[in-house]
Amino acid sequence: MSGVRVLVGTRKGAFVLTADAKRQNWNVTGPHFGGWEVYHLKGSPVDPNRIYASQSTSWFGQLIQRSDDGGATWSPVGNEFAYDGVPGTHQWYDGTPHPWEFARVWHLEPSLSDPDTVLAGVEDAALFRSRDGGQTWHELSGLREHGSGPSWQPGAGGMCLHTIIVSPSDPRRIVVAISAAGAFRSDDEGVTWKPINKGLHSEGIPDGDAEVGHCVHHVTMHPSRPDVLFMQKHWDVMRSNDAGENWFEISGNLPSDFGFAMDVHAHEPETLYVVPIKSDSEHFPPDGRLRVYRSRSGGNEWEPLTKGLPQENCYVNVLRDAMAVDSLDECGIYFGTTGGQVYASADAGDSWAPIVRDLPAVLSVEVQNLA
Amino acid sequence: MIRVLLPAHLKTLAGVRGMVDVEVEGPATANTIVDALEASFPALRGTIRDPATGRRRPFVRFFVDELDRSHESPDDPLPDEVVSGKVPFIVVGAMAGG
Repeated sequence: MSGVRVLVGTRKGAFVLTADAKRQNWNVTGPHFGGWEVYHLKGSPVDPNRIYASQSTSWFGQLIQRSDDGGATWSPVGNEFAYDGVPGTHQWYDGTPHPWEFARVWHLEPSLSDPDTVLAGVEDAALFRSRDGGQTWHELSGLREHGSGPSWQPGAGGMCLHTIIVSPSDPRRIVVAISAAGAFRSDDEGVTWKPINKGLHSEGIPDGDAEVGHCVHHVTMHPSRPDVLFMQKHWDVMRSNDAGENWFEISGNLPSDFGFAMDVHAHEPETLYVVPIKSDSEHFPPDGRLRVYRSRSGGNEWEPLTKGLPQENCYVNVLRDAMAVDSLDECGIYFGTTGGQVYASADAGDSWAPIVRDLPAVLSVEVQNLA
Repeated sequence: MIRVLLPAHLKTLAGVRGMVDVEVEGPATANTIVDALEASFPALRGTIRDPATGRRRPFVRFFVDELDRSHESPDDPLPDEVVSGKVPFIVVGAMAGG
């Protein structure tokens, strides 16, 4: 019987939530790595039993854990993320040069074709790859060594590479996003990179239309149309129809175009989901009402989805990697909050129910479809 | 035999309870003890020392016989009581963050 497995990273461990295709009755296991921050965990598209997890604390640093049995058991693999060569400096918050220092892994992106190959986006921003199931990691240093690197500056959460998208139609094409440098694309499997930020406009940076320096919060894509990218920027919801060469705004009638999470319906490439957040100084939903907004027109026209979500006194945030979709016949949408709730919709967002209410603050949500 | 007391998270990671015994070739120092720990328990690699610098992580402390030896050179020889196992080498996760 088909079903889903939801992988939840939190401030104090990882949780695995499973259900059959009805997505009504859930089995919850965890915490795995209790007490550690789990920024992200994600399963291999070609082997759902293979899952990678990023486990870290400020005390004991970074670990990568791997499961080969669908999250039941875990083993630590390689955790040495050494920058290639002499890493040099980027800009610190005050504009002074600051040496590149590894802090943690924000995002793990398993290969679409090989369960032993996985990309890791790290802070300070860089992209690493393992081809041996996470045992060893090697930097794709063409990104960090892009000429603009010394001008990159951290966002409030650190200078993190948080988004990695590998094109399903051309695995040589990789799109990444960095706070607060912007989006970058490689067309040669990560060897060389170019900034793809034309059309982004950011207040609060010296040149609002600069080639780099934009605080991109998340980028997503529908697998059937890899050239169409959607972006939740610090402010502004954006779209590109040409793999990031040009962006245009699709915020439309959203109550706020600030936010973090964004995803695309599994079967409708023009159906988008965002969770508007009031502002960069008030990281909670407008009016204390938790609303997912859905556009069925590829942006600009948005409808609030509220059924089953708290519509008063709700002051949680939904972080950039904390939304995911399944690909069952009726697409399921999932998101986690900093208040520890994981909400699921088994009807494409029309109605919602919490799977769990009291986890630690949720950092990431991913979904696997189970045969 | 040198006895080492690890903080709770590292015990879990190493899959041990109570004290850990390690053998050190040559002089017993903070570095040689951590080397021996990492050899016996590979899951601990990089958790006590930053792999990029080889230095003790800022929120990790080393104690011997109630004395904080964190700011001594990690290559300084430790007292005979550590070498004989009479007192443990204690790795502490510093209290921080409230």
